[in-house]
Amino acid sequence: MKDYADLLLLLVAVSNLYIVATSRLNSCVRASAIQGAALALLPLVLWTSGFNVQLFHLAVICAGTLAIKAIVIPILVSRAIREANVRREVDPSVSLHSSVLLAGLLMGISFWMSTVLVLPRPAPTMLLVPVAFATLLTGFLVLISRRQAITHVIGYLLIENGVFIFGQTLAREVPFAVELGILLDLLVGIFVMGIAINHISREFDHIDTELLSTLKD
Amino acid sequence: MVFAVLVAFPALLGLVALYTRNVRVALTLLLVGASLHLLATGWLWTIPAGLELSWMFKLDVLGLLFLTLTSILFLAASLYSIPYLMHGTHGEQAAPHRFVPCLLWFLSCMSLVATTQHLALMWAAVEGTTLASAPLVYFYRRKSALEAAWKYLLLCSVGIALALLGTFFLGIAATASSQTHAGLSLSSLMSVAPTMAKPWLKAAFVLALVGYGTKMGLAPMHTWLPDTHSQAPSPVSALLSGALLNCAFLAILRFYQICIASGDAAFARTLLITMGIISIAVACAFMVRQRDYKRLFAYSSIENMGIMALGVGLGGMAVYGAMFHAVSHSVCKAGLFFVAGNVLREFGTTRVSDVRGLIQRLPVSGVLLTILMLAIGGAPPFGLFWSEFIIFQTAIGSHPWLGVVFVTLLAIAFLGMGGVLLPMLQGSSASPVQNRKESTLSVVTPLAMACGVLALGVYLPPVLSDLLHRAAGLLGG
Repeated sequence: MKDYADLLLLLVAVSNLYIVATSRLNSCVRASAIQGAALALLPLVLWTSGFNVQLFHLAVICAGTLAIKAIVIPILVSRAIREANVRREVDPSVSLHSSVLLAGLLMGISFWMSTVLVLPRPAPTMLLVPVAFATLLTGFLVLISRRQAITHVIGYLLIENGVFIFGQTLAREVPFAVELGILLDLLVGIFVMGIAINHISREFDHIDTELLSTLKD
Repeated sequence: MVFAVLVAFPALLGLVALYTRNVRVALTLLLVGASLHLLATGWLWTIPAGLELSWMFKLDVLGLLFLTLTSILFLAASLYSIPYLMHGTHGEQAAPHRFVPCLLWFLSCMSLVATTQHLALMWAAVEGTTLASAPLVYFYRRKSALEAAWKYLLLCSVGIALALLGTFFLGIAATASSQTHAGLSLSSLMSVAPTMAKPWLKAAFVLALVGYGTKMGLAPMHTWLPDTHSQAPSPVSALLSGALLNCAFLAILRFYQICIASGDAAFARTLLITMGIISIAVACAFMVRQRDYKRLFAYSSIENMGIMALGVGLGGMAVYGAMFHAVSHSVCKAGLFFVAGNVLREFGTTRVSDVRGLIQRLPVSGVLLTILMLAIGGAPPFGLFWSEFIIFQTAIGSHPWLGVVFVTLLAIAFLGMGGVLLPMLQGSSASPVQNRKESTLSVVTPLAMACGVLALGVYLPPVLSDLLHRAAGLLGG
C-alpha cells in the first residue's frame, strides 16, 4: 500500500506544479479537483493496513473529502468563474516561468525542512512531510503572486490541502465529528468566498484584487 | 443541557431566523437566544469546579471568563441592534434579513470556542466565527464594505489554516512521548507535555501565535482589522472587538497552557512580549492623527490586545492584570462602538473632520464618549487604569526598560485618542441642529457599559476577582 501512497503524493506534487504553471483558470480548478481526489484516497491507502481503525469512520471521511474537495468545491469555483465573467487567464504578477522555478525551489526547501523537523515517529511514507510542506508553500506562492480573487481562493485551497496532508501523520487521532467539522468549515468558507467574488464582480466589473485597496490610512 | 443552550440553541434559532421575513420576529428570536445564553452562563457561575461533558465540552475558569464576556456583550449588542433594524440605518442599502441569523451563528461559534478544550474542535469553531461574521461585515452593501469583508475572510481563513497546522504539530509533538494516543484534548496534551518533542512544540506555538494572532489582531498581521471594524455596522464592530478578539486570544492561551505544562515556556513568553509591544507601538502610530473615528477605535483594540499579550508574557501578577484588562477592555470598547454608531447615525460619516459639536447635537452620547474615552485611555478610576497599572508594575519589576516603553506608548495612545476625539465634541456643526431625540436603547446600552467599566475600577466584586485570580493561575500567574 505504501507504493500507492507515494503515487498519490506524487500526483499531489505534480498538480501543485501544474497549478503554478498553467495560464488558464479552468485548468487550475481542474488540477485542484484532481489533487482533492488524490487527498481523499490518501487516508484509505495509508490506514487500511497496519493500523486498526474503524473502517466506517475512514470510509465516511474519504467519501466526504472526495465529495467536497474533488466535486463540490471545484463546481463552486468554476461557477464563480462563469458567473463573474472574468478573464479566463490567471493574472500573475510574477511571470509563469519564474513561478514554476519558484515552485521547484519551494519543493527543494520542503525536502530540506523535512530533514530538519524530524517526525518523532516515522511517517508512513518518506514523501508525506515534504509534499505537505510543498503544497502549503505553493499555496502561499499562488496567494502572493496572483492578482485575481479566484486564484486567491485556489491558493487558500492549496494551503488547506497541505495542512490536511500533515493531519495524516497523526494516526487518526482527530475524532470523527471534528474531521467533519473541518471539512464543513472548508466547504462553507469556499461557498462564502464564491458569493463574495460574485458581489465583487458585480460591484467592480472585475475581480482584480489590486482594486480592492481603497481602505487605508 | 446547558451546553445545548449555549451552542446548539443559538445555531437552531439562527436557522429559524433565516426563514422569517418579519424583522420583529427575527429580533424576538435574537433576544430570546441572547437572554437564555446569559441565563445559562449565569448558572455556570454557580458550579465552582467547572463542568465536563464528553470530550467535546469542558469548561474551566478561563473558558467561563471569556464565555461570560461574550454573553454579556452579545445581549448588549442585541439590544442595541433593535433600533438599528427597526428604524432602518442612515438610508444606506443594507441586508437586514441576513443580520439576525449570522449574529446567532456567530454567538454559537464563539460559545463553542469558550466551552471546548479539544484543540481541533476549537479550531473549527474559530474558523466558524469568521464565516458567520463575514456576511455581517458586508451588512451595508457598498464597495468599501465588500472590500473589508473580502480581506477579513481571506486573511483570517489563511491565518487560521496556519493555526490548524499548529494544532496538528502539537499532536505530532505528543507522539514522541508515549505509546498511547494522546489525542488533541487540552488535558491529555498537558499531561504528556513534559515529554513532548520540543522543536515541534515550539513550531506549534509559533504557528498558533501567527494564526490565531491574525484573528486577534496582533501586529503585523492586523491589517484586516481596521478595515473590518470600520465598515461593519456598529453592534457588529462591538462584538468583533469585545468578544471575538478575546476568543482568538483564548485559543492562543490554550497553546500557552501546554507550553507551561511542558516546563519550557520561556520562548513562548518572549514571543508574547515581543508581539505585544509591536502591536501597541503599531497601533499608537496609526492612532495619532487618525481621520476616521471607527478606525481609531479599531486601532485601540489592536493596542489593547497587545497589552493583554504583553501581560500574559510577563507572567506573575501581570497575568492577573491581563485577565482584568480583557474584561475592562471588552466592556469599554463595546460601549465606544455603540456611541460611534449613534454618532454615525446622526452625522452620516465616519470622518472625524466632518463631526463637530457633538455635545450640542447628541448631549448624552457626547458625554458618554468623553467618559469612555477617558476609560479606554487608562485614566483613573476606571477598570483599565488598574489593569494597566498592574501590568506596568510587573514590567518595571522584571524589565525596567520595558516598563518605560510601555508607559510611554500608553501616554501616546491616550493623547492621540484625545487629540482626535476632543475636536469632535466641541465647536458647532455646520449643518443646522435637528434636535432629534436619541432613542432610549441606543443610549442605555453604552451607558450600561460606561457604568460597568467605572464599577470595575471602583469596586471589583470578590467573586469576579477570585475568578480572575484562578484564571491567571492556569496561566502561570
